[in-house]
Amino acid sequence: MKGMTIIVKKISQIICPVIFIFGLYIIVHGHLSPGGGFSGGVILAGAFILQILSKGKNLPNLYKEEHGLEFLESTAIFGFLILACVGLLISGGYVFFENFLDRGTLGHLISAGFIPIQNIIVGAEVCAAVSIIFIALLAYKDETDEVKK
Amino acid sequence: MIIYILCLLLFLVGLYGVIAKRNLIKIIIGIAIMECSINLFFIMIGYVEGGTAPILSKGFENAKFVDPLPQAMILTSIVIGLATTALLLAVAIRLYQKYGTFDIRKIKDLKG
Amino acid sequence: MNSLIPLFVIIPLGSAFIMSILGRVIKNFNKFITPIFMLSLVYLTLHFIFNSEGSLIYKVGGHQPVNGVPIAIYMVMDGLSKLVLLIISVVGFLSIFYSLSYTKQYTSERKFYVLFSLMIAGMNGIVISGDIFNIYVFLEIAAIASYALVAFGVEKQQLEASFKYQVLGGIASLIILLAIGLIYWNTGTLNIADISRQLTVNCTSPDGSNVFIKFISILLMAGFGLKAAIFPFHSWLPDAHSSAPSPISAMLSGVLIKAIGIYVIIRLFFNMLPLSYELSMTITILGTISMIVGVLLAIGQWDFKRLLAYHSISQMGYVIIGIGIGMLILATGGDRKIAALSISGGLFHMLNHSIFKGLLFLNAGSVEYRTGTRNLKKLGGLSSKMPITSGSSFVASMAISGIPPFNGFFSKVLIIIAAVQAGFIWIAFFAVLVSVITLASFTKIQKYVFSGELHSKYSKIKEVPFSMSFSMILLSILCVIFSLLIIPEVRMIFLQPAVDVLINSTNYATKIIGI
Repeated sequence: MKGMTIIVKKISQIICPVIFIFGLYIIVHGHLSPGGGFSGGVILAGAFILQILSKGKNLPNLYKEEHGLEFLESTAIFGFLILACVGLLISGGYVFFENFLDRGTLGHLISAGFIPIQNIIVGAEVCAAVSIIFIALLAYKDETDEVKK
Repeated sequence: MIIYILCLLLFLVGLYGVIAKRNLIKIIIGIAIMECSINLFFIMIGYVEGGTAPILSKGFENAKFVDPLPQAMILTSIVIGLATTALLLAVAIRLYQKYGTFDIRKIKDLKG
Repeated sequence: MNSLIPLFVIIPLGSAFIMSILGRVIKNFNKFITPIFMLSLVYLTLHFIFNSEGSLIYKVGGHQPVNGVPIAIYMVMDGLSKLVLLIISVVGFLSIFYSLSYTKQYTSERKFYVLFSLMIAGMNGIVISGDIFNIYVFLEIAAIASYALVAFGVEKQQLEASFKYQVLGGIASLIILLAIGLIYWNTGTLNIADISRQLTVNCTSPDGSNVFIKFISILLMAGFGLKAAIFPFHSWLPDAHSSAPSPISAMLSGVLIKAIGIYVIIRLFFNMLPLSYELSMTITILGTISMIVGVLLAIGQWDFKRLLAYHSISQMGYVIIGIGIGMLILATGGDRKIAALSISGGLFHMLNHSIFKGLLFLNAGSVEYRTGTRNLKKLGGLSSKMPITSGSSFVASMAISGIPPFNGFFSKVLIIIAAVQAGFIWIAFFAVLVSVITLASFTKIQKYVFSGELHSKYSKIKEVPFSMSFSMILLSILCVIFSLLIIPEVRMIFLQPAVDVLINSTNYATKIIGI
């Protein structure tokens, strides 16, 4: 798959950081406004997918990216499980998924216990997962073209 | 009441797509339409007359809110739909590599 | 004791994620960790069975009920859950031990164990959950993992079978989600005990015939009936169970259709919805038809695993008949002792079927591993070369046909006696007839595969490796041991708590909300 013309490449280079920061904004403000981990993660993945689409694909480089993304995804989801189990170990009542950090005041950015941390972990995980899905479906296209010939 | 019936009609449109179409990709699109219609049905259940978005913020602490529980259920359901669609597409692409066609009338190795 | 309940979900999920991180770095890490954690699940299940009484409740997040209304997600462990957890852990452990040497033929071995752990986590989550939306989420986790496992060795037949399974399973999940939405609209809560309380309070008509409840029952029966492969919804089962890799076939046919299908049907129809006569009659008739259809379609099959898959449909019919007769007697207010007999026969048959059907699929896998074919006409005379496989296959065939000292006989006898005592003579007659036809079908397998003369091209095959034969020997020993469950002292520990939960079907709500 070839890349697109130079205008598209340059514009997407300018736009992608803006999309990335917008995705981070939605993830971090998940407890104050609609959004949260999942939707912010999909927007982050959108930034990566835009880069791949506009520059054309170079498969061996993409496979190296895929190893790194798989490591990020597994670590993030394992961290989520550890965060849920902390309540099981440290608090007095052995409660799974307990909100053990300080609740804070309503409307501030650092409030609501561990929900912002959960949002960040889920955002990283969803970004990695959607990017891996895209790269895997893209890698089939080469094999399919070889089969057709 | 009309709204709920239209929503179930969308479900039936998706079901028609799964049953009557021959191309594998159209079957997958039919399943995606069915899942969208169920999500829409859930959100319409939680509506309260004259309610606003269920977000606590300054100045809105005592307003009437719509029901937030179906909205949480829908987030989970959309994620599950993403995983289902991704797996269906991956299997469909591999089927195209092995059989050479997307037509379900020609993919009939298992019989009996 | 209560705080150990979430461990049933934490242990498989945690090991799946650790294997996904470290599997690439440390060699053979996945193969060591998975049997260890399955063994720990078996130990935890036995600890719960022998050391606790009654229903244990765990509230996730620690939120206490507000004004008597439960707001947390509940995890409930009572007698029925313990029985199904026993099935999942024992058959799961033996399947994983079998697959240590079976999966050497696949290139991406690491991912097999990750997907298997996710499937076990999903099934455990369904069994211990006390909240219907939680059941749906774990149902999807287990189902998606099983779709990927059926298509694992990427060949033509496996991919086609997996696609059919996925489309039908996806539609069933959406129907279940629609039913959950209607339940929430009607009652305003998602907790099973709270729904049961609301439905008995709000049902003002004398025979409980609310239109909503009838529609919800039909949707739930269709959705979970497809997951359990009951008669009109059985068409995905022969393809999926025969094309999957053999340890996955054993897990799918032996555990998944029980934990996802039959357990949820029993839980929702006894403990959540009010018992009704028409629904019980429908379930009993569907069970009878699937029993007969399964065995008649299996007569003409010449593919080893496809024949076993059709027999799965027929044996699930036995379980549904046992449950359905019990439901009928309770709904019409008849003799509760006959209902208890029938339900305990059904649950006992569920336990037995997972053991002997798992053993049969592992045998078929061993035969295919050594000879490379599943066609009955091309095999023959393997008993001299593979003694362990042929011996355990003989034990399993006797057990499934209902021959006395093995476990199949006792559970079928319970169901037939209960049917006769309740007045359903025709159902008992068909059950005996189907049992005879099953015996004929399995003597056909024994004759064509294991006795007769050996083909010249199979003269060099040996017995299967140690890990595979260990699982088969242990399962055949369990076939004989579980027939001891009919003795009253042993039955009190395993079966009687499960039957008590279902007979006193309205006590579920009072025990959970009262506490």
